[in-house]
Amino acid sequence: MVWYASRRLLQLIPVFFGATLLIYFMVFALPGDPVAALYGDKQPSPEVIAQVRAQFNLDKPFIVQYLIWIGHLFQGNLGTTFSGIPVIDQLKQAFPITFRLSMLALLFEAVAGILVGLVSGLRRGKIFDNSALVVSLLLISVPTFVIGFLLQYFFGVKWGLFSTTVSAAAPWHELVLPAIVLATVSFAYIVRLTRSSVAETMNADFVRTATAKGLPRRRVIYVHILRNSLVPVVTYLGVDIGSLMVGAIVTEGIFNIQGVGGTVYKAIQLGQGPTVVAFVAIMVIIFMLANLLVDLLYALLDPRIRYAK
Amino acid sequence: MPSSPSQLSADHFVADLEETPIRAVDAVDESEKPRSSWTDAWESMRSRPLFWISGVLILLIIAVAIFPGVFNHVSATSANLNNSNGSPRAGHIMGFTYQGQDVYARLIVGARASLTVGILATLICTVIGIIIGALAGYYGGWLDAVVSRIGDIFFSIPTVLGAIVIMTTIPNRTPLTVAVILAIFAWPQVARQMRGAVISAAATDYVMASTALGVSRFRILIRHVVPNAINPVIVIATVSLGTFIVAESTLSFLGIGLPGTTISWGNDISSAQTYLRTAPLPLLWPAVALSITVLSFLMMGDVVRDALDPKARARR
Repeated sequence: MVWYASRRLLQLIPVFFGATLLIYFMVFALPGDPVAALYGDKQPSPEVIAQVRAQFNLDKPFIVQYLIWIGHLFQGNLGTTFSGIPVIDQLKQAFPITFRLSMLALLFEAVAGILVGLVSGLRRGKIFDNSALVVSLLLISVPTFVIGFLLQYFFGVKWGLFSTTVSAAAPWHELVLPAIVLATVSFAYIVRLTRSSVAETMNADFVRTATAKGLPRRRVIYVHILRNSLVPVVTYLGVDIGSLMVGAIVTEGIFNIQGVGGTVYKAIQLGQGPTVVAFVAIMVIIFMLANLLVDLLYALLDPRIRYAK
Repeated sequence: MPSSPSQLSADHFVADLEETPIRAVDAVDESEKPRSSWTDAWESMRSRPLFWISGVLILLIIAVAIFPGVFNHVSATSANLNNSNGSPRAGHIMGFTYQGQDVYARLIVGARASLTVGILATLICTVIGIIIGALAGYYGGWLDAVVSRIGDIFFSIPTVLGAIVIMTTIPNRTPLTVAVILAIFAWPQVARQMRGAVISAAATDYVMASTALGVSRFRILIRHVVPNAINPVIVIATVSLGTFIVAESTLSFLGIGLPGTTISWGNDISSAQTYLRTAPLPLLWPAVALSITVLSFLMMGDVVRDALDPKARARR
């Protein structure tokens, strides 16, 4: 297990460098001068441009720029934006908010999704199952931002149950509605995934044995069926951390939350390359670590899976 | 312990030849045409109402995208500010946008952009994924190692996030560029699936038989391995068409998808959001159209998966 974990961690290293290089390339090396874009129509003198370029290492060859940046990253220095704000300060401000938002969303989709999926799978073909299937299909096919607008309109504006926007501090209770919006699509996928997985596990021999030897139904469901059906669901939850962070860009935009998503989006529009690169790199690291964690969780959930040496 | 002859014959009972009608069992009924897995799949799909509902919807949407003139005679761009956010009336059943344009006309014309992005992105990402996944899984070795790592790199960047970063640097955005950029970050999923399917298809007896008959390796890949490994990829492709359409609308919503001059559902939803509280219709209709389109492709994906996977068919 330890051997497997460390091998997987080692495999992540080239992927990490490749992904950050790719992001850095997309932000800084593609056509379009980030410095010229900063000034808009009123271009400064060539000397000023040259000075800004030198300050942000943009005058050096691309690969050197990247190496300097990644070197600084390992020293905990994320650089400064073109307007002189340290990126680390932006991150410290934005990250806790998005962390709370994603945790709430993850909690909601995991608990509600698995519960609904489990009941659906146990009662296949019944009314509850069919309506859960229809609702989940609808939730998947309606874009998140439309769901966001609708919930904001009804719960926030019409009925006044939640506040329509989130204050700068973004305490937990204000994030409930945005978290539900963020979680809807994943919730629907988890319902469908749990349902088919439970339906398949119910036919397994070990479930029949458990029932035949007289275990109470509750124990058969929660210990034998549920635990064995969770493997694909946990995989999905791991991959979903990535899509939650992307979804946060849209959700945070709708509810005016000053989190990671909102900061990245604003930085992209303002052409603040250093912020974009640092934030996206950190998102990618979180995404990769989450996937690793999921792979390791398999053994805990399903003792049949053993990692080869 | 040595066993007596009588015990042996009891352990290995062999019936008389007259009692085992070998010929009857082994005879092949040649009166019927051989059934391919596609015939079976078609039989299974044909019997499901969901297939017909989603199929008709998809055909309708495609027809709207190709021949918008048949469904609409009002100009989608002519704006009359007297009609700003106007309510529905005869000839304009869905009301007007903030700019005073006919919502229904824009809905019909916008279908083409959304569908083009979805279909192009799916085609590009599926073709790239199939080729790369098949080569990596079939030839293995260093090719597999290199390609899989590159796939991991692209996989580690979520599709829409990568598209957002790259999209801002592209000055002239068309449905094609949006599709290519979405496909760039989405192909690893197809490639992974294809690679796995090719590895298991390459280990089958018919592949070994072809090798023994002297068929070239590449020919085996094209004639036998790929056709037998492609089913899961077709399922992914059908479902991802819907998700690409959502991705395009998300990008347009953020203002970095198709340019504002292109009429698309995503752009219309994006420009209607400001007036949602006073005039929800211009946002609602394109959202409904978008959702129905995505829903049709999702349902079709479900039906196709059930049809192509005999296990799922038995479970139903």
